[in-house]
Amino acid sequence: MTDLAGPVGGHEKSSFINDPKVRSIGLQLIALIVVIFLGWSFAENARDNLAAQKIATGFGFLDNTAGFGINQTLIPYSETSTYGRAFVVGLLNTILVAVVGIFLATIIGFLVGIGRLSKNFMVRTISTVYVEVLRNLPPLFQILFWYLAVLSAMPGPRNSISLFGEVFISNRGIIIPRPLFGDGAGIVLWSIGFALLGSILFRHWAASRQEETGRRLPVLWVSLALFIGLPLAAMIATGFPISFETPVLKGFNFAGGIQVIPEFVALTVALATYTAAFIAENVRAGIQSVSHGQTEAAHSLGLRNGQTLRLVVIPQAMRVIIPPLTSQYLNLTKNSSLAVGIGYPDLVAVFAGTSLNQTGQAIEIIAITMGVYLLLSIITAIIMNAYNKRVALVER
Amino acid sequence: MSLTFDDGTFIRNEMAPVLPPPKQRIGPIAWMRENLFSGIFNTVLTLLGILLVIWVVPPFVRFMFLDAVWTGENREACLGPQVGACWPFIEAKFGQLIYGFYPIAERWRVDIVFAAGALLLVPLLVPSFPFKRVGSLLFFVVYPVVAFVLLTGGNIDASAFLLERFGLIGPLVGDVQVAGINLAFWVDFALTALLFMAAIGGLIAVLGGNGRSAARTTLFVFLALGVVIFCWDVDVGLDYVETRQWGGLLVTLVIAVTGIVASLPLGILLALGRRSQMPVVRLLSVIFIEFWRGVPLITVLFFATYMLPLFLPQGTNPDALLRALVGVALFSAAYMAEVVRGGLQAISKGQYEGAMAVGLTWSQMMRLIILPQALTLVIPGIVNSFISLFKDTTLVLIVSIFDFLGQLRAAFTDPNWATPVTLYTGFAFAGVVYFFFCFGMSRYSLFVERRLNTSHRH
Repeated sequence: MTDLAGPVGGHEKSSFINDPKVRSIGLQLIALIVVIFLGWSFAENARDNLAAQKIATGFGFLDNTAGFGINQTLIPYSETSTYGRAFVVGLLNTILVAVVGIFLATIIGFLVGIGRLSKNFMVRTISTVYVEVLRNLPPLFQILFWYLAVLSAMPGPRNSISLFGEVFISNRGIIIPRPLFGDGAGIVLWSIGFALLGSILFRHWAASRQEETGRRLPVLWVSLALFIGLPLAAMIATGFPISFETPVLKGFNFAGGIQVIPEFVALTVALATYTAAFIAENVRAGIQSVSHGQTEAAHSLGLRNGQTLRLVVIPQAMRVIIPPLTSQYLNLTKNSSLAVGIGYPDLVAVFAGTSLNQTGQAIEIIAITMGVYLLLSIITAIIMNAYNKRVALVER
Repeated sequence: MSLTFDDGTFIRNEMAPVLPPPKQRIGPIAWMRENLFSGIFNTVLTLLGILLVIWVVPPFVRFMFLDAVWTGENREACLGPQVGACWPFIEAKFGQLIYGFYPIAERWRVDIVFAAGALLLVPLLVPSFPFKRVGSLLFFVVYPVVAFVLLTGGNIDASAFLLERFGLIGPLVGDVQVAGINLAFWVDFALTALLFMAAIGGLIAVLGGNGRSAARTTLFVFLALGVVIFCWDVDVGLDYVETRQWGGLLVTLVIAVTGIVASLPLGILLALGRRSQMPVVRLLSVIFIEFWRGVPLITVLFFATYMLPLFLPQGTNPDALLRALVGVALFSAAYMAEVVRGGLQAISKGQYEGAMAVGLTWSQMMRLIILPQALTLVIPGIVNSFISLFKDTTLVLIVSIFDFLGQLRAAFTDPNWATPVTLYTGFAFAGVVYFFFCFGMSRYSLFVERRLNTSHRH
């Protein structure tokens, strides 16, 4: 459309500001000037404000002593640790919630999504109610509900709900047995790694074998056997070095075991069930996008319902499911910042909350926090896009 | 009736009556066989489902209605072994949940804003109602101005526009106040408008464009701005209510409506920018969109609360609610932009070519041909954005603005109502309110989608 507006007649009065090219350059110049001016005035103001309020600048504060405690740390941390260490603690806590939440949400989401398409009226209705209710309530509301109304209402440690005498659920959170590693435990852990490697290799080999001969090998069973057999053999060979320390009630609280704090449970459960409602809708849309002819063809080849779903429908549906699933994973990760509402020590609560209040260095701290989330988003997007490219339908 | 011949042959000359299908194929029993008990696996699932329903539904109904306490003055009424929802608690806290700490004597103003909003919105939502253009003008332009005056009390401190900042007007007119209006400001405003009109008109004319039209447009923009500022400036005799006193559902709706009204046009602009052929504009749009989409809303609110004041000139201390509003609007605009971009990408090239072929300018093409189709296509996405925006309003709780959920949390701490069921009652009530809004929006979007589905897609 560049040359359409050139002068046509001799008595053309149109000036050069009506030329699309000139207009385009002018507009871009104006946009650039506005942005540069805004950035410049922001920087000027920030400099004046920081000087007036005597706020330090720079990232030196990261080496200062933080002086506050954190009630869940995955790495050693004490009140004498630095702000930099507190940042890492918060980041790890965020990642923990995100990973566990994504795992749970995917499972629930797929189950509910398939349930919404079930022929069974009961399953279908319950799945629909689940999706509609969970989707239409704010996540912070749900987190507060789990935290205040469900977990706080659990009995105290004395009357805690016990599962098999090993796991205890009380208003102090969930207490699970702690694994104790003796001599040779490393070998057992390595054997799990070997089992993973072995099952991946077998899967590859089975796939190429199927290409050649058309025969399907029992990948699932072999992998299961590897995952159970190898560590078991290693355990026997090294004389059972891994034992579990069962939590015991002592006084008013439990001794031993790993305590999962209620804030973590509330946050993870709420985020997982909330996100699962969205994943379920993505799964449903994906399955519905597979044309019915595919199902009919699979049936006419003699595949059973389960096989049709597993081998024909879901692989094709995954192409439609993956991109929105990626954004749901990202949403869950970002929503984990709601932790600050119930005091779970995630990145935002520890760093942009407590650290910011103590140091007052808003610009650096918020920039770091936003940067971390941007980085997480970008990494997830790259991984998922690569996967997406691998499974995408190749068209003419 | 039939014909029978001597040799025994038999010819039917009427249709035989249609028999009903076999009992096994119709009726409730057949439906149950088909939908509930078709196979062992399904039967087990059905039984589990029935167990779940029995486990959840009757206790829920009993809690909400049968065992609920309906009258009472304080916690005494709701103490007891088998007590359900404590509705007197909600009744006692209702004002706080709706208005926050808005002065009780002034709450009629909020009521008028609510009523006017509903009254103006309903005709817009009902498709068969006429005067859509007037209706939208009233709702999107007049209503926000009036609501602002009613909620804050108007009478903003308009003292300097542009020239007065350099101390040019003060000596000229002195410090004259008429009905709470600062004369200096308006003289300043009028002179500034004339100055801009002359400058822009002259510039365009010198460059060879239509200077008269440019001047007229400038004047019109200033006139519109002037009317809005005048409405805010004039003292209508209402008490000033600072936003710190606002709360409850009022704040929830203010944030949601402002976010919705601001994010849609902003999002459309960003989407157009992202699809623009101008590299600088495109790059700026992409950076803006991806930045806001990549960070959680909480960090945006922290940004607006702690970082934004540092970026603004000293002495300007924007209102906490206003800062949160800016954050929410920018955040949701980025999401809206992606939704609209999806719609724009779905419009076939022929539509653009057709529009250009009939000689439309770029803005006419967008306004008349492309955007109406694109926006219609993405109505579900737009409403989804609205719903998540509405849900996200709860996050302002974290920067100490007490919206509906924040007020609910505050109400829990009242020792006068400390009972074992208070918490559940509060969550049940708030859940119903949030569900009402979000579910209502999603149903309405389905309705619009079906209505506008004029295409011949399968």
